[in-house]
Amino acid sequence: MTQLVVAPAPSPVTPRLTRSLIGKKLLMAVTGVILFLFVVLHLLGNLKVFEGPAPFNAYAEGLRTVGAPFFARGQLLWIARIVLLGSVLLHIWAAVAVTQASWRARPVGYRRLEPVETTFAARTMRWGGVIIFAYVVYHLLDLTFGRANPSFVPGDVYHNLVASFARWPVAAAYMAAMVVLGLHIYHGLWSAFQTLGVNRPPTAGWRRGGAALIALLITAGYVSIPAAVLVGMVR
Amino acid sequence: MKVTLHVWRQAGPADRGRFARYDVADVSPDMSFLEVLDVLNQQLIARREEPIAFDHDCREGICGSCGMVINGRPHGPERATTVCQLHMRTFPDGAELWIEPWRARAFPVIKDLVVDRAAFDRLIQAGGFITARTGSAPEANSIPVPKRDADLAMDAAACIGCGACVAACPNASAMLFVAAKASHLGLLPQGQPERSSRVVNMVAQMDAEGFGACTNHGECMAACPKEISIDFIARLNRDYLKAVIRRPW
Repeated sequence: MTQLVVAPAPSPVTPRLTRSLIGKKLLMAVTGVILFLFVVLHLLGNLKVFEGPAPFNAYAEGLRTVGAPFFARGQLLWIARIVLLGSVLLHIWAAVAVTQASWRARPVGYRRLEPVETTFAARTMRWGGVIIFAYVVYHLLDLTFGRANPSFVPGDVYHNLVASFARWPVAAAYMAAMVVLGLHIYHGLWSAFQTLGVNRPPTAGWRRGGAALIALLITAGYVSIPAAVLVGMVR
Repeated sequence: MKVTLHVWRQAGPADRGRFARYDVADVSPDMSFLEVLDVLNQQLIARREEPIAFDHDCREGICGSCGMVINGRPHGPERATTVCQLHMRTFPDGAELWIEPWRARAFPVIKDLVVDRAAFDRLIQAGGFITARTGSAPEANSIPVPKRDADLAMDAAACIGCGACVAACPNASAMLFVAAKASHLGLLPQGQPERSSRVVNMVAQMDAEGFGACTNHGECMAACPKEISIDFIARLNRDYLKAVIRRPW
């Protein structure tokens, strides 16, 4: 006896992408990749601090004038900021929805569930995300808005950076946050491959190792900046 | 050898449940874990106590009936082994073992170690089959199947539906089960016409059953007695992404 099962009628209001858990994971992966690309570009830009005050400040100014004469001053930068802010909000929204679904999925827990395959990075994704968010808020208050900076000079980003990182607790917190970011990127990047279904033979063997290497390079790159300020290489 | 068992006892779905301690003596290292429960149950019946309820059928690791969490690991500590094929020689003499049922909202406890896995049946009904009547097995090679696809489909078809993937998942997600079923059909020519709708319907059913979301821990793969790879989860995600692009609403 063949029994036909009729699928539940799809709700016409919300797209599939936001309705199913896999859809939310896809959304999280895509926004995660956008944020990852920002983290890479931000690092490449920030490493210019090792070239000295003039090139670093010129880079910061360049972010505002890039695209001229097609774009007005700061226009492209604001477009990027809107895309990034949207990505952050969608990323967090999807993460909260997925986390809540998972917490609901096991109302009675085990006495103990022995981890076998999972990693520290995988198990700290949720709290890692919260820490990174808190860090980004502080980071913006410190170096973009200047509210948390000891001597903020608009436009002199080199001076602002050195003034902030000369305080060792701030530098230490920054370095710790970058380790958390590295762990988040390691599991996030390999998860994005998995969620977006990229596991064809050319990439299959490299997904985990590649994600680990990229995460390590990003953390090392970012940590080098406050470390250089602390040891007096950048002053 | 002697073992101490702390077994989850729950009289019914409404009962809160608790661990009960049993000391079992004269255990042979060649016994399977289920045989220890059989021996214990005989002793319980002789003492006019309620025997421990647990699922089992073939006892040769191919039916998917049995399953319980032993010391925090579904089907116990041995890789690629169902609990009926787990032998007591795996454990040291005097071992202390904590036995729990699969724990997930979608798998409510019926009694003791028996859980209701009808959610898996409903997932299959949602799309884990070929709608057309295919008749008896066709002549071999009448439909060409590339060797690689045939092997992959066979790997996915090894799933016995025991539910250890859900039990092991920190999120109680059924992704490995659904991925195995969808991939097994989606890799073969007969499964192509419904490849997209199958994935969409099974994923919708998976959410409706109250399973959690995959966060790529890989615990399912480690617990799976048939060692089904999480590569199939990537395949399911890819098929779902394609379906969403084709029909966003």
